[in-house]
Amino acid sequence: MHEVLQKFFSPHSFRVAFPDVWFGFQLNLKLMIVSEILVLIFALGIAVIRGLPGRGAAPLRALAIIYTDIFRGTPLILVAFLVGFGLPGLNIRVISTQSLFAYGVISLTLVYTAYVTEVYRAGIESVHPSQRMAARSIGLNYWQSMRYVVIPQAVRRVIPPLLNDFVGLQKDTALVTVIGVAEAAQQAQQFSQNNYNFTSYVDAAVLFILLTIPLARFTDHLIAVRERRERAQAT
Amino acid sequence: MSFVSLKNVSKSFGDNTVLHDVDLTVEEHNVVCLIGASGSGKSTLLRCLNLLERVEQGEIVVDGQTITNGRVDVNALRRKIGIVFQAYNLFPHMTVIDNVMLGPTKVRRIGRADAHDRAKELLHRIGLADKADEFPDRLSGGQQQRVAIVRALAMEPKLMLLDEITSALDPQLVAEVLALVRELAESGMTMIIATHEMSFAKEVADKVCFLDAGVICEEGAPEQIFTAPQQARTREFLARVIEAGRM
Repeated sequence: MHEVLQKFFSPHSFRVAFPDVWFGFQLNLKLMIVSEILVLIFALGIAVIRGLPGRGAAPLRALAIIYTDIFRGTPLILVAFLVGFGLPGLNIRVISTQSLFAYGVISLTLVYTAYVTEVYRAGIESVHPSQRMAARSIGLNYWQSMRYVVIPQAVRRVIPPLLNDFVGLQKDTALVTVIGVAEAAQQAQQFSQNNYNFTSYVDAAVLFILLTIPLARFTDHLIAVRERRERAQAT
Repeated sequence: MSFVSLKNVSKSFGDNTVLHDVDLTVEEHNVVCLIGASGSGKSTLLRCLNLLERVEQGEIVVDGQTITNGRVDVNALRRKIGIVFQAYNLFPHMTVIDNVMLGPTKVRRIGRADAHDRAKELLHRIGLADKADEFPDRLSGGQQQRVAIVRALAMEPKLMLLDEITSALDPQLVAEVLALVRELAESGMTMIIATHEMSFAKEVADKVCFLDAGVICEEGAPEQIFTAPQQARTREFLARVIEAGRM
């Protein structure tokens, strides 16, 4: 028992490892923020493309479907390998000369955009057709109807599931360690190997937990508020 | 020439023919009421008029413009034609005044300040100026429906289509909405109204059309339709309405 405590929960190691892990964790935060912003933008774009009407847009719709199918189905760790090791190996200007951080962002964005596209799409489809009809009937064109009427309602509805996906993304920033990004998990691993002690992983875990708890509670809060409002409307 | 004319207009959803060879004319500043059972094609007819539904056959001319030839600018057409729905369909994420201003600012490209003033004035006219900054779910059904009418009016349409706009309202809220429609009729607005309110139709209409199974079975002046209907089906329909205490 003492052995376990020493190896995993040593207060001394916790303190010693913390600065390096915290330094690495700041990289996780950057990965997370940059990726989340890119995901929010790209996913909305792809969700809108998936919903385009008409036969002319069929190829675009097909591309959007292929994209989401591929990147929802591929484990992030494989995408990270393909991007982080594959792209530099291509020896193409710009594409092959990015930083590891950039490859990390690209991997996370590719995978999470596919998830979040589906979240947005569900939101867009949940807006009742009568709302589009009302928007079109006052002369708004397709894009204006989407911009002012459909998307604002859709986004409000999907904020809780969206935040949920972001909790996932925050944690998965640790996965890009596999391509050599010196983030928290990487720093923890180094400490652990040098000192034959695993407390540094607990350091990292604590930081991730501290980051996700507020977001999780905030999501719960939003869901509760909405339920209260819907119940109030039903009566 | 009539302001609105339909010639041999047909429309079906799959195997289900909803409009069958409909002919109808509406003169400018006139009010035409469409009566008939639910599913008789009244709503579809209105939606075809502002191209929310595509017409498969026949010709519709509005304000001298043929709208069924596929070359018409749909958005420009809808600026001229306001429609109000049974379920109000206000935008729930916008305040009342933003609902009214959306069309004028985005479609007619009127400046925000100007559009705001006009919207406020319209809301004032219907006695809802104090609700301008409320969200629609804080309003009663009657208030919401009046806002929906004003939202359509803000586009300064030349023709208004009202699609059973009182059918979803509690009975005590119907009068305030009908009063507004009556006012519009008196101001000379050209309107086509699908309605179940027979006494209102009788009072406000210049012409009443009875639709049955997608066909205009009988049309004429309100006195004639309601007191001396020529067709057996019109008589049956009106008899059922009277039986239900709705006239």
